[in-house]
Amino acid sequence: MVNASPMIEVEELSVSYAGKPALDQVTLDVRRNEILAVIGPANSGKTTLLNCINRMIETIPAASVSGTVKVDGHDVAEYRDPSMLRRRIGMVFPLPVGLPMTVYENVAFAPRMAGERDRTVLDESVERCLKQSALWDEVKDRLDDLGTRLSGGQQQRLTIARALSLNPEILCLDEFSIAVDPVTTMKIEEVLKELNKDMTIVMVTNLVLQAKRMADRTALLLNGKLVEVGDNEVIFSRQAADARTFQYVQGLFG
Amino acid sequence: MTAKQDVNPQQATSPPDDERKARAGSPLERVIELAIKASGFSAILFVFAIFFFVFSTASEFIFEKLDFVEFLTSPEWYPTSLSNKRYGTLALLAGTVSVTGLAMLIAVPLGLGSALFISEFTSGSMKEGLKIVIELLAAIPSVVWGFIGLAVMNPLIIEVFDAPIGLNVLNGGIILGLMSVPIIVSIGEDALKAVPDSYREASLALGATRWQTARQVLFPAARSGLLAAVLLGVGRAIGETMAVLMATGHAVQIPGSPLDSVRTLTATIAAELGETAAGSDHYQALFAVGVLLFLLTFGVNLAADLIVRGRSSR
Repeated sequence: MVNASPMIEVEELSVSYAGKPALDQVTLDVRRNEILAVIGPANSGKTTLLNCINRMIETIPAASVSGTVKVDGHDVAEYRDPSMLRRRIGMVFPLPVGLPMTVYENVAFAPRMAGERDRTVLDESVERCLKQSALWDEVKDRLDDLGTRLSGGQQQRLTIARALSLNPEILCLDEFSIAVDPVTTMKIEEVLKELNKDMTIVMVTNLVLQAKRMADRTALLLNGKLVEVGDNEVIFSRQAADARTFQYVQGLFG
Repeated sequence: MTAKQDVNPQQATSPPDDERKARAGSPLERVIELAIKASGFSAILFVFAIFFFVFSTASEFIFEKLDFVEFLTSPEWYPTSLSNKRYGTLALLAGTVSVTGLAMLIAVPLGLGSALFISEFTSGSMKEGLKIVIELLAAIPSVVWGFIGLAVMNPLIIEVFDAPIGLNVLNGGIILGLMSVPIIVSIGEDALKAVPDSYREASLALGATRWQTARQVLFPAARSGLLAAVLLGVGRAIGETMAVLMATGHAVQIPGSPLDSVRTLTATIAAELGETAAGSDHYQALFAVGVLLFLLTFGVNLAADLIVRGRSSR
């Protein structure tokens, strides 16, 4: 079954925080089962873009949004309960935030909140997610420890395990490697490659090389505007349509 | 080589010099440091001084004349009886416990609920407005609350419950509950506000609803602060005097229902101390009641402390 329609369609999305524009008329698609990397300097709107996909933008009181975001063909604004949308989209934040509970409870949290009570189902889900995030072997004897007792890299993989716990179709990662050492970063990248067989991944990253390594396509944002989105072969070559893209990926910016 | 030798001794001596300076500080710095230390210790000093004063005033009576078993287990408080003076505080204790208990039944859900609402479910001018109103509520003098108990609640309770008198546990409990709400709200709201936003974001992004986030993440994360809020509410309720004196009907008895009148430990001290001769048995007995009150609040605080510590070390 091949579904050619895009997984995420962003159309003329503009966001401003208390009148200060953060995203300006951004239009781009995320294809099914691809890894799209979003790169760009600080304050270019990368995180804002992710927050619009799962409507977390609504939790920021000063933000005002125009334009549409469609997930799997449906306008996200049509979800009456945003938590139903958020359960389809896994989200990983830049700094690992272990909820103040045990490793097990962290991973079982989302299924529980979605109404799952069966202990065996939860057990299986926790084990599956921890295996998927390559953390199981390290924490299988520490499931009852507080999540915050794990090392930084383990915690970040814990947040990935948590994001996977509802079998999301989309996984969004916001600079997941910012607080993680290179070895763990490589480990997580392998995990993501594996996960990418079943899900669409949008990753915001500050590491241009990470985008080059990981992504099928890459989008460059600059001051809230989309400069260019295209296949990695194009973006990371001299064929990039916009001169700024070439400069940015070559580190010649500014 | 010579240049290097010139530099080295300097480097070797200057850091200890700096360190010494930093440790000693300027004279002003030291004075401020001392003042801060003194104000910190003064809190301890005041607590012990008050306890010592209350205890020493009552000590002669406590050690020489007091029958401890009677004091704690007899409901008969007849300090002015001519033939047979009896100093049993059980009825007064029951009065305090029943009124405080009912007050907490009202104040805890109401207080934590509005703390949650203000902290998590509203924002902007609504939030600011509510906070101001609740602070105003805290500023209402207790005698005014007592007045409301007498003039508003009393006829209302008679009307609604067909009770012979409206000055009772129910009246005092409601008044006291409403008085405790502002404390629970403001401290509870601070506790919730102190929970990192990243917890909220993580929980919401995982598809938890706002209520699930509050119940499953925020309440556990803020539990020690919330417990402190509740206990300060309890402390206020146990210690409150004027409002309960006016609203509870002033009858020394163990209440059988919320519609019975009672008298609390605090109300007894307030009502009777002015009528006794200083140094008399009755006078000292009232100070013994004060010691009891002190131990009660101390026990509540200690229990809370142990609960918070026990939970957090788990």
